[in-house]
Amino acid sequence: MKCQQCEKPATFHITELTGEKPHELHLCEQCAQSYLTQNPSGGMPIQPSLAGMLHHQLKVADTAKELAKLDEQVCPICGISFFEFRNQGRLGCPHDYTCFGSELDPLIVNIHGDTQHAGKNPKHHQQSSQDQTRLIQLHNDMKTAVEKEDYERASQIRDEIRKIEEGQS
Amino acid sequence: MRGSGPESDIVISSRIRLARNLAEFPFIRRCTPEDRQSIEKMVHGRLQAIPGFKTLYYLRVDELAHVDRQFLTERQLISREHAEAEGARSVAIDNDERLSVMINEEDHLRIQVMKSGLDLHSAWQQINEVDDQIESKLSYAFHERLGYLTACPTNVGTGMRVSVMLHLPALVITNQIEKVFRSLQKINLAVRGLYGEGSQAMGDFYQISNQITLGKSEEELIDQVSGVVPMIIEYERKARDFLITQNREDLHDKISRAYGILCTAQTISSEETMHLLSSVRMGVNLGLIDDLAISDINKLFVETQPAHLQKLRGNELDTAGRNIERALYLRRYLQDRGKEHRDERN
Repeated sequence: MKCQQCEKPATFHITELTGEKPHELHLCEQCAQSYLTQNPSGGMPIQPSLAGMLHHQLKVADTAKELAKLDEQVCPICGISFFEFRNQGRLGCPHDYTCFGSELDPLIVNIHGDTQHAGKNPKHHQQSSQDQTRLIQLHNDMKTAVEKEDYERASQIRDEIRKIEEGQS
Repeated sequence: MRGSGPESDIVISSRIRLARNLAEFPFIRRCTPEDRQSIEKMVHGRLQAIPGFKTLYYLRVDELAHVDRQFLTERQLISREHAEAEGARSVAIDNDERLSVMINEEDHLRIQVMKSGLDLHSAWQQINEVDDQIESKLSYAFHERLGYLTACPTNVGTGMRVSVMLHLPALVITNQIEKVFRSLQKINLAVRGLYGEGSQAMGDFYQISNQITLGKSEEELIDQVSGVVPMIIEYERKARDFLITQNREDLHDKISRAYGILCTAQTISSEETMHLLSSVRMGVNLGLIDDLAISDINKLFVETQPAHLQKLRGNELDTAGRNIERALYLRRYLQDRGKEHRDERN
């Protein structure tokens, strides 16, 4: 990974929490030193790293046209576009990890050096990704049904949600 | 922190947090205000149904006054982002303020356990149990390959951030702090100052934490952080030994002057207070100041912060007012403690 300030390899990884939202900094030794010793209020302008890294990654890999195409992709579940994610550095729903998978995986490798979870797993009612996505959809449908005052439909949806939550689907 | 626990002369606190999201809602960024209300209500209700959670107290952060939100931030029970965000959000806190669960922070749940001193393994044991209990009542967003899914891909996998807050004044004075950072870079650990403001002025406090959350087990991530801390402690102790053997008079003078200012100042900023308290803290550790305990200094670090002073005073204060109140609080506290110690000796 390259330093966000210059072309040297980034060897310092800092999570900065002073701003409106946390952001990650990936700096070389020299830039990290000057960053850490500077007056925090007079900070140098640093892009949120995720956006920066993605930008960098995409700049290398794709032409402007392809980039625009990537940006237009929209998650069918939460409606976030890849462009919005690139700008904000935050995903919209669990399904984004699947629908933006081919773009996200290289980023995840960049951050973690791995793409395989090796920690604990939930012990109870573990649902498949499809079930989890279905739950989000059902909650949306429920909102619509309630708005339309279609309480019969709402009650059907509630039953379906309960089934999935209890692992009977 | 209480100034107790292993290595508490240098290690202030050990903290582990887990980021978790509910399977059935979008992440916070895409939630409508109604979604946030539903999540808050649902999580709150389910947490209260857990037998061990009955004694937690719940605060609707969005309904608190600004000074109260700041107060919770200063006590590290909620994040700055959680204090300043918009919309329905809350926090559940246990009696001894070691466990806190933020609802609707960047992720739906942010569970945190904090311990005095270097005590990551017991922090993990506690948070792992808490996580299991919560998970028995709620369905987490979990991916077969990627693990726990989080709003930011930097937290995906274990969703775990392990951090240790260290007080490293001697490494700062002897200009060796960068060398420590260099030794941490090789194993992908992040370093930042207290509350993110990485500078000496913030009391020589540095937080070491894991950068990676995916591809390693929770135990491996903890071992990595807890394995490196003893090395840093040793460097800091060596630097303190060096200062005291090479330069005892200068060091003693610097520390005594810092103590003198804290005992007598009529108006003092938060930044200067932290800087001086850092010197005094090292002085207490080195036996150069003997009428104060580490727990006193740790208490002063917390209670001289803006929201604490205003809560103590019982009304809002502007910066100038806080600086006067802070100086008054320090004078009274230090004079009382000094007198108690003299009385004990006589």
